[in-house]
Amino acid sequence: MEIVLNPLLNGFVYGMLLFMLASGLTLIFSMMGVLNFAHAGIYMIGAYVAFDMSRLIGFWAALIVAPLVCAAIGAGIEVWGLRRTHHNGHIAELLFTFGLFFIIERGVQMVWGMLPVPYRVPALLDFPLFRLYGVDFPAYRAFMLLIAGGMLLAIRLLLTRTRVGLIIQASLTHPQMVSSLGHNVPRVFTLVFAGGCYLAGLAGVIGGNYQVTEPAMAASLGPIVFVVVVFGGLGSLSGCFVSSIVIGMVQTFAVSIDGSLADLLGPIVAWIGTDNLAGEILSIPVSRVGPLLPYAMMVGILMFRPRGLMGTRDT
Amino acid sequence: MEAPALSLKNVRKNFGPVEIIRGVDLDIARGERHAIIGPNGAGKTTLFNLISGRFPISSGSIALNGTRIDQLPPQNISRLGLSRSFQITSIFHRMTVFENIRCALLWSSGYRYSFWSPLWTQKALNRQAEQLLDELNLASRRDLQAGLLSYAEQRALEIGITIAGGATVVLLDEPTAGMSHSETEYAQALIRRVTEGKTLLMVEHDMGVVFGLADRISVVVYGQVIASGKPEDIRNDRAVKEAYLGALTE
Amino acid sequence: MNEAAAKPPKRSRQLWLWAALILIGVAMPWVFYDWHTARQSGFVLTMMSQMGMMVIFSLSYNMLMGQSGLLSFGHAVLFGLGGYCTVHFLEAAGHHSFPVPLELIPLCAGLTGLGFGIVYGYIAATQRATAFAMITLGLGELTTTAGIMFHHFFGGEGGISTDRTNASSLFGLSYGASVQVYYLILAWTVLAALGMLFLTKTPLGAMANATRDNFERARFMGYDPRRVRFLQFALSGFFAGIGGGLYAITYEIVTYDAVSGALSANVVLMTYIGGATFFYGPILGAILITLLQSGLSLLSNAWLIYVGVLFIGMVTFAPSGLAGIIGAHGPLARAGRLGRLLVPYLRLSIPAFATLIGFSGAVELTSFLTIGEAQGKHLVLFGETIQVWTPQPWIVTAILLIGGGIWLRRECRAFARIWDDLNADLKDRSL
Repeated sequence: MEIVLNPLLNGFVYGMLLFMLASGLTLIFSMMGVLNFAHAGIYMIGAYVAFDMSRLIGFWAALIVAPLVCAAIGAGIEVWGLRRTHHNGHIAELLFTFGLFFIIERGVQMVWGMLPVPYRVPALLDFPLFRLYGVDFPAYRAFMLLIAGGMLLAIRLLLTRTRVGLIIQASLTHPQMVSSLGHNVPRVFTLVFAGGCYLAGLAGVIGGNYQVTEPAMAASLGPIVFVVVVFGGLGSLSGCFVSSIVIGMVQTFAVSIDGSLADLLGPIVAWIGTDNLAGEILSIPVSRVGPLLPYAMMVGILMFRPRGLMGTRDT
Repeated sequence: MEAPALSLKNVRKNFGPVEIIRGVDLDIARGERHAIIGPNGAGKTTLFNLISGRFPISSGSIALNGTRIDQLPPQNISRLGLSRSFQITSIFHRMTVFENIRCALLWSSGYRYSFWSPLWTQKALNRQAEQLLDELNLASRRDLQAGLLSYAEQRALEIGITIAGGATVVLLDEPTAGMSHSETEYAQALIRRVTEGKTLLMVEHDMGVVFGLADRISVVVYGQVIASGKPEDIRNDRAVKEAYLGALTE
Repeated sequence: MNEAAAKPPKRSRQLWLWAALILIGVAMPWVFYDWHTARQSGFVLTMMSQMGMMVIFSLSYNMLMGQSGLLSFGHAVLFGLGGYCTVHFLEAAGHHSFPVPLELIPLCAGLTGLGFGIVYGYIAATQRATAFAMITLGLGELTTTAGIMFHHFFGGEGGISTDRTNASSLFGLSYGASVQVYYLILAWTVLAALGMLFLTKTPLGAMANATRDNFERARFMGYDPRRVRFLQFALSGFFAGIGGGLYAITYEIVTYDAVSGALSANVVLMTYIGGATFFYGPILGAILITLLQSGLSLLSNAWLIYVGVLFIGMVTFAPSGLAGIIGAHGPLARAGRLGRLLVPYLRLSIPAFATLIGFSGAVELTSFLTIGEAQGKHLVLFGETIQVWTPQPWIVTAILLIGGGIWLRRECRAFARIWDDLNADLKDRSL
């Protein structure tokens, strides 16, 4: 039981963090056709801004302000950047955000330095909430779940109860239809982009002190978020949710499994020996293969089911 | 008896719950020039997409010269000698006019995916492409990017790409759409010239072109062929008049 | 005379340009020859060697990006795996179990690149557009992670190293001196570039362009776009592998950096900035970025920011890259009207320069505020130490950046008008 329950909880927390990033990305991707490479960069900015602000005005104010800063940055990117490259096609837009990510990554290194910054969990939440089979479950993780759950609810309400939400929903599945409905599409685009960046920023605020706030955080998380979006499928927020949780679980569970293929295939490995590549592949513990799994999953799904788990359109 | 060039048997196609093509039977003899007319949304272009393999059919069968083609991908159908044009001009915009035509000639000239034969030494191929450019009256535009051609020139190139591969069955989707009167006349002559000896199936709205070119005409309304016959029969067919004109005035 | 304006540039003139470029490549080590120590400049040799590999690498990338319209984010995989295999070849040569002379080892690296290109291409070519970008990104991350994880083939985080003098030589050279390696790289660069140029002129090259422009139409001409993508991918793997082989021979060590996302990103930047729509664009891009990498990185901590901004600027304003900008001047040059642009360009250059100074000032001041301070460095300009904590340099920078920016915008509009007029005039005359 203990090897299941703890990773399950932690995987869920990590999955929810992924979902906060991936939901924004999938909204932007499905609606505008732009695969926003800079998304993880915005997440990183959120974490760093929250770090600075939490020292100036405290964590709770940073929780409000930092995502708004990210949303403003997002709106700026959309209005002054993306819109200009729009007429050159999706590939140009993708490359634009790609270049932007490059600049954000170096810019963060320049402003905040190459080393991790001491962005810590607020003292108020820095206690173990309960113990499970001898392992503490920090209160902060429960708080993350709370925020992420609240966000999920807010997105749902926004999408189903408001006019803009309905337009966004329609455009997820029928992107070319919306412009013919006579809505101010550029404004909706700006709104969606800013909204996605708000979510990424919020994820940065609560994820920055859960993980480590360092210049490499975007580059390591970015591809995973792509995996989540592609795996879940375009145009489907529920697919995105499911795949966030799945990927979160897969990564956490893999780390906690100590066995390797060799344990299953004992005699064969003994015959091959461990002193060559094949033997090494077989005898490497699953816990170390963890980082590989999401990418293998993405490649697999793109090969055989390019519309993802629950998607309605091809990637 | 010789198999018809193209033979459709009870072809149906639905998109979700909507049936767009509702059981089409059509035989087109070799060497025949056949026009399909009908109101907008009747399913004419969809029919083309089914024949050429762009969409899979829902049921029925399609045969080209007696060979079933309804399960094949477009490239295989094309290799069997069926070629099509598009209603919305579909050319290679960033390549020159000459390269467009030469590309269209490649497969039928047997080059396949060759990455060892330099194109500049393929004299016969290049000569053939030049000849076709002359026929299309595009020789003066030889080295221009195809995307920079005028609309009528692009339509001519579209036809050129379609017939270049030496297909025996040619499908033209509204070849004269959007053309002025004189351009249409020119296009009509061009089509007559380049499809000499081939089987032609075309969708066309310009009745002048239809009656000027076609040996036979089929009328498609709501995904069904309601009449098929010689131009003069179609002209006088009561049912056609009612259905077609009725649909037009709707 | 107007006939001449419509014609493409003469072949012979292009040939001369190429010959000149190769000649520069041959002469370069001797231009920077130090007669006192009787040695070539190590800095120049390293830079030129790097340039050669990057030219091959980005040209091979352009077989996908520019020629086939495929955006790969994992191209370094083919480069790096070629490198890893080369290290193993060289090690085997050390044990006398691989009797291939060093001159031909890049070819072996190319063949392994081709092999990996076939494997990866089989997977990636199932998709196009964004899905292709994602699948290559996934393959790239997969390979990088595997490179860190496995020790037997990749050597884990430390990578694997070798000694290039293990191999024999066709010409009796030891390849101990880096100038010998440089000429080997130069020779392979020329060969590989010619090979790729040849490929663009074959049926496959033509159909790659066709599937890029309109993949559906290509199907109705009898071609399977997937097969075209696959072949382009595999062949580009061959050339990337040659580049990787030269990399391993030069540095004698290959780590996971050589397959990493950073290098894959680099080749996207090089190729795009150089100009993906022209064959020679990636060559320009590789040379420029390597120059910046070698030169600017010594001067500034933040040089990658400049590269990033240059890239974004290109994406926004000049999607066909440097080669596109140069190419756009072709018609005017052939009509002998390039002189008319001299004054407009001069007028443009003043605010452009001011903005550039303002921008780099802002970047550098920020960088010295943080990284510089951490490293205990000071910003020194014209022999004077600039106090980055005082307001004066910031104010000057802001004025230059904002004022120059506004001025530049106005001049750009004026320039665009003149440019359009000149070209319209040219068009009128040729009709």
